Amino acid sequence: MGSPAVRMFHRLEGLFCVYKPAGVHWKLVRDTIETNLLKGVNATPARPLPHEVRFLPSPNKDREVAGGLALRAASVPVLSKHPLVTGPEFQHIKVGVGHRLDVSSSGVLVLAVGNGNRTMRDLYRTRTTRDYSLQCEFGMATQDFTDTGRVVERSTYGHITREKMERVIAMLEGANQKALRMYSSVDMSSQEAYELAAKGLLGPDGKSVPILTGLRCVHFQPPNFTLEVQCLNETQKYLRKVVHEMGLELRSTAVCKGVRRTRDGPFTLQHALTRHHWTAADVAQAMQQHRWKKRSKGRCGTVTDKAVAQTPGETLAASQEDEANREATIAELQCR
Amino acid sequence: MSSACAALCRRCRWLLSPKSSTRLYNVQVQRSMKVDQSARVGNGFSSRGNHTATLTGLSWKRQTSYHHDFTTKYLTTEAKESTDELSRTDATENKPALMPAVDAFTLGKSKKSPDDLDADDECSALEEISEEEAFGISIPPSIPPASTSLQQYVDKSETLTKLVQLGVSLWKLERRPNVGSMLLKLDFNRDVAPRLLFLKEIGVEDSRLGYIISHNPFILSENLENLQARVNYLKSRKFSSETVASMVSRAPYLLNFSVKRLDNRLGFYQQQLKLSSANTRNIVARLPRLLCGSLEPVKENLKVCEMELGFKENEIQHMVVAVPKVLTANKKKLTQIFDFLHNTMKVPHYLITKFPQVLNTKFLRLKERHLFLEYLGKAQYDPNLPGYVSLDRLVSLPDETFCGELASATLEDFYLFQKTL
Repeated sequence: MGSPAVRMFHRLEGLFCVYKPAGVHWKLVRDTIETNLLKGVNATPARPLPHEVRFLPSPNKDREVAGGLALRAASVPVLSKHPLVTGPEFQHIKVGVGHRLDVSSSGVLVLAVGNGNRTMRDLYRTRTTRDYSLQCEFGMATQDFTDTGRVVERSTYGHITREKMERVIAMLEGANQKALRMYSSVDMSSQEAYELAAKGLLGPDGKSVPILTGLRCVHFQPPNFTLEVQCLNETQKYLRKVVHEMGLELRSTAVCKGVRRTRDGPFTLQHALTRHHWTAADVAQAMQQHRWKKRSKGRCGTVTDKAVAQTPGETLAASQEDEANREATIAELQCR
Repeated sequence: MSSACAALCRRCRWLLSPKSSTRLYNVQVQRSMKVDQSARVGNGFSSRGNHTATLTGLSWKRQTSYHHDFTTKYLTTEAKESTDELSRTDATENKPALMPAVDAFTLGKSKKSPDDLDADDECSALEEISEEEAFGISIPPSIPPASTSLQQYVDKSETLTKLVQLGVSLWKLERRPNVGSMLLKLDFNRDVAPRLLFLKEIGVEDSRLGYIISHNPFILSENLENLQARVNYLKSRKFSSETVASMVSRAPYLLNFSVKRLDNRLGFYQQQLKLSSANTRNIVARLPRLLCGSLEPVKENLKVCEMELGFKENEIQHMVVAVPKVLTANKKKLTQIFDFLHNTMKVPHYLITKFPQVLNTKFLRLKERHLFLEYLGKAQYDPNLPGYVSLDRLVSLPDETFCGELASATLEDFYLFQKTL
């Protein structure tokens, strides 16, 4: 309709992503964003109050009117429409969360406002993958696979080499590719399956077990090492369990110190808003940028929504690029 | 004039008949004043000239249909009085020539819907009714007897109007149970005005009156002698008048507590913390809600500081006098911050005592800034070594100054670093 608050709200409808800090529940993030958006929308200047004519007792007692009491007409504002009586125009905004992150993980968290919720649902109905960076450590095994849990076992890790690591990774990747083919809903011995596999579109539709479409060790310095994972239908606890199992495969033990999501579908770290930018103006700007990007991507016709499940080779190239970016920024910081 | 009135009230009678739209019963006389009956008649007479020009707040939708609504709105309560004239005049069915131009407009409208008039033969608007019948017409009240919101009452009640003009958030108060009914029952001149004047006398600013009532509406139902006694007690404890005024402004519930309770609390802070009376006055003046809340959380916080965090009594005294909020802080957050400071940042007790405001900050802020400095190799909190970063500057500087002075980096670098944590 017409009011400035409603116009501001329409500008705030869409998708955007934030960087969730570790140690904060995702619901708190969502509530903080909702509060900030409400502040922004209700800060717009209010509509002027409608007036009505009322008959107030006239102070002038000389006038003689049939009936006795003198009245005069006055135009007074209708107080039942005053914002202190009705409350602010917006008291609730529908903010939805995409794939959730648990308390100790950090990273890209996609949020949708208003009509953007429908767009987000449609986006997730097509197969999107997520990128994670796992900081891990050899030498101990804990109850909940993190470094702060109760220690169950300690072991040596001196015998682990990069080569053994790569062998274990290859074995895990093979198992996951097999799961990918198994959970896709096409018959493996058909022409259709071959064509889909050639394009890289083979995969489960909807719910399935967590599948890692790509796994790579980017940094290896015992006891610490870093893994980069691309996966679908995962939970952060599953990823920590994968690290634990890798430790077991290498005849040692490993825990996950930190899980960080670097990409969720088309949203990457670059687009994520940090805590200081969780205001209505910044959110509106982020949404606008996402819309432009989507429009320009659609025009160029490079990646359609369906072909998002990439082959391991493509994901390796993309993640190498991400890694190069991160190393460049870190080098830049160190120079100062 | 009277015949016009009669014709109009006949139409009104038709419109009040059961077959007509129920909307008209809901169309209330929004503008009826609490004046005598005679005035209401005067209302009707003088309002007729204005009806085409006015638009009421509630009838945005309704005014597009039923143009007669305007006149009937003014006359639904006047129907009773207007029929007095009816009995006195020789009312005839149509006298267009004698009506003023304004009424011809409304009459014309009624003639345009002849099917409606033909529809009800039992009660036609043109039939004459006796005085007894006229008195028997029930008029719906202009304000609902019960409502979940104060919106319907605000225009009628003088108390509510004046409260809105003061700046009281009625929409928040009406959610609280029983507060709305209590506010409606108050009389402005008898109940509200004396208490507001009392608050002004003790020195509270006019702009704060709205805030105080929004948070504590029960101050308007508190006995004036009790309020005066409590203020006298505080003054007897050597709180200056300005201090008392600022305490009442910042803790609206303060004057609702009895003298005994206030005395109890002040005594607790003085004895438990072993502070001098000047220091007790100081912390209570800066954080007046210490006198309002329960003492259990404060006792627990003190135990936590002593046993879990390991602070000595004089250290706790110093911290409380510097930052009284430590007494009402959340225990979990307090222990989380202390754990990070002492075990991760390796800051000893005496430094935390020297800068107690570090216990009052947000944990994430402290963690991000410390990790940034550690990454840059500048996290040095020992005053004896070079490159010392004091804790109070670490947490209280705004972001740009922190990045520029302490970290020698730009704000963008800080944000990029946050994305790697």
